[in-house]
Amino acid sequence: MQLTDKHREYWSRNLRLTAVLLAIWFVVTFVVGFLARDTFSFNFLGWPFAFWMGAQGSLVVYVVIIWYYARYMNKLDQEYGVAEGEEE
Amino acid sequence: MSGATSQKAFTAQLKKIYTWYTGGFVFFVIALTILELMGMPRQWIGYVFLIATVLLYAGIGVMSRTSDASEYYVAGRRVPAVFNGMATGADWMSAASFIGMAGTLYLQGYSGLAFIMGWTGGYVLVALFLAPYLRKFGQFTIPDFLGARYGGNLARFVGVLIAILCSFVYVVAQIYGVGLITARLTGLSFEVGVFVGLAGILVCSFLGGMKAVTWTQVAQYIILIIAYMIPVVWLSVKHTGIPLPQLVYGSVLQKVTAREAELIDAKTPAGAKEAEVRKIFADRASAAEAKLKALPGSYDTEKAALQKAVDDAKAANAAPEVVAAAQKSLDGYPKDAKAAEAAWKRDAAVKARANAPLRHAEAFPAKDDKARDIARKNFLALIFCLMVGTAALPHILMRYYTTPSVKEARSSVFWSLFFIFLLYFTAPALAVLVKFDVYTLLVGSEFAKLPAWVASWSKVDPSLLSIVDVNKDGIVQLAEIAIGGDIVVLATPEIAGLPYVISGLVAAGGLAAALSTADGLLLTIANALSHDLYYKMINPNASTATRVGVSKALLLVVALLAAYVASLKVADILFLVSAAFSLAAAGFFPALVLGIFWKRTTGIAAVLGMVAGTVVTFYYMATTQPWMRSVFGVTSPVSDNTWWDIAPISAGVFGVPLGFAIIIIVSLITPAPKREVQELVEHVRYPNLRGDTMNTTSN
Repeated sequence: MQLTDKHREYWSRNLRLTAVLLAIWFVVTFVVGFLARDTFSFNFLGWPFAFWMGAQGSLVVYVVIIWYYARYMNKLDQEYGVAEGEEE
Repeated sequence: MSGATSQKAFTAQLKKIYTWYTGGFVFFVIALTILELMGMPRQWIGYVFLIATVLLYAGIGVMSRTSDASEYYVAGRRVPAVFNGMATGADWMSAASFIGMAGTLYLQGYSGLAFIMGWTGGYVLVALFLAPYLRKFGQFTIPDFLGARYGGNLARFVGVLIAILCSFVYVVAQIYGVGLITARLTGLSFEVGVFVGLAGILVCSFLGGMKAVTWTQVAQYIILIIAYMIPVVWLSVKHTGIPLPQLVYGSVLQKVTAREAELIDAKTPAGAKEAEVRKIFADRASAAEAKLKALPGSYDTEKAALQKAVDDAKAANAAPEVVAAAQKSLDGYPKDAKAAEAAWKRDAAVKARANAPLRHAEAFPAKDDKARDIARKNFLALIFCLMVGTAALPHILMRYYTTPSVKEARSSVFWSLFFIFLLYFTAPALAVLVKFDVYTLLVGSEFAKLPAWVASWSKVDPSLLSIVDVNKDGIVQLAEIAIGGDIVVLATPEIAGLPYVISGLVAAGGLAAALSTADGLLLTIANALSHDLYYKMINPNASTATRVGVSKALLLVVALLAAYVASLKVADILFLVSAAFSLAAAGFFPALVLGIFWKRTTGIAAVLGMVAGTVVTFYYMATTQPWMRSVFGVTSPVSDNTWWDIAPISAGVFGVPLGFAIIIIVSLITPAPKREVQELVEHVRYPNLRGDTMNTTSN
């Protein structure tokens, strides 16, 4: 079967979203970890911020990233008519 | 749309069944508590938990028995997202997560958070790069994808080898954990424990394959999460008055930090006592080191000195108990120089206990900036390996074949991480709460009045907990406590003052965690052998019944083999588990991701990349990890073999980039893949496309 422009647009939007979410994932994991002793050592509700991020904050971000991706992509499937069960 | 309606009815029915099941389980625990209060002996409670849970899992296995290929390999592809999430959670959380992780956090403080982030953040990679696409591809195993995408049996075969390599070391560790927990729960011997646990694993996966394993794992998840939460919540109420440990332990952490400062500072009264004990350990270690250095001569001089002490005492007509004491140390002296060397080496090892306690919340504690940099580098490298490894372990990826659709696969990753998150964000809280208990209630108390849990656990296993009054002042100092990580989870019910039933429940939770992971891994290995090796490569004409039969037979063989290896108690099993992550990361991740996201990736490039990534990772471990070095007879100094001071546990940090680089370079210099392969890539990218070359239906 032949890919249409619509297909290509769907795929590039998917790639863009993937890149943005991956960047967030990278920052909360590696940037915060790298600067744990310096920038992110301030007190946050009783925890040093980098410790709290490692123990809870980054985990919450991961869960939200995956939730958002699933929601966004499931909508995008509908919008571009590529959801399962929708034949062209 | 009758398919959707029946799926809806199916989900509703599942919800009903598992709600009743959870209620029944809670009722069962309450009933046992009442029986305990009425005087049921502890031993019985252990047996009841073991027998009841294993029978339960076996019952689910028998009810789900099947010989249909789609049911057997992918649970009929109708597992709803939420339930697949729970099953993945149980599949994922092993004995190491359930029992070991809070202990690691207790012992390592901030550095232990690498496991928390690494073992959760990997699901972001699963969600973004793999799960929906593999579901759309819709076959049975990970080597299936490699075989189809990279045109042939070579890629499939390499995939089979890597899958077996990383799953087998992992399953050995799980069966080992099953043996330990069974032994602790019932008092049976470790070896018997291994085989009892094995029966529980087999009856489930053997009869019903993925279908039985899925429904058992859901049941196991419910048990393990209840078992983990009850003691932590109780402990939180004890120390903060609020039953939400995850939200309030920040204040406890501050108290722990203040207490650490007091114990480290030798100017405070408590700190001075700590320093005194640490000095005794330091002296003992340096005396032993001096004697070790002077071997073999020191053996005779030491012996002569002891003999002289006896003679002097006798000559001086000392009191009989003085003579007896001198005689006793002479009698206790090692029989020969070799025994003396071993004993002194043990003494020299107490040097570690002469170090000041670590500050729990401090990131990368070390003596100078250079050492801190190395600690930070290794912390980040370990997170990277654990994350990428998570997104490459076949027993996890395989689970996303079982959902009814791509849409459900995406949601299912969310539910997987959500259910894993519940336990993972509780573990750091548990570690801090237990630390608070030990630092403030145990340290500073009198030896004559130790809490009951201390006495009972140091009797069970001195490697878990031992307290000796080193400076003979009758007061417990932190430096006098030697603690093993596993005790943090195992003893929490007693520390929190809960009845023994809850201890039994925690052990049953640990058993559920180990059994569920072992189930998933065994199935992965058996499927790689029966489906990929036998059906796809050796005998493509095999009937469905033969394939499932072969898989069941192999399952039995692999399980027995793994149990045999586990019963040998191979050294460094924890290292092997972590090694599985690095190996899977380097072996699978580049080839899988590039296969989906870059059409130009060619078959030969993928094969070379997989092999190179795995080999370099394995090579780095073999030359830098003590146990691996002894296996392979590597004698050159470790420092010559390390690259950028990276620890062997994070060897994947070299293998993954190398895999990517080789696949990209070789792909660019080899001819582009055939049109039908490119169409397959398009097919997995768009949920509604029907591939021309692929049979996407689930049989």
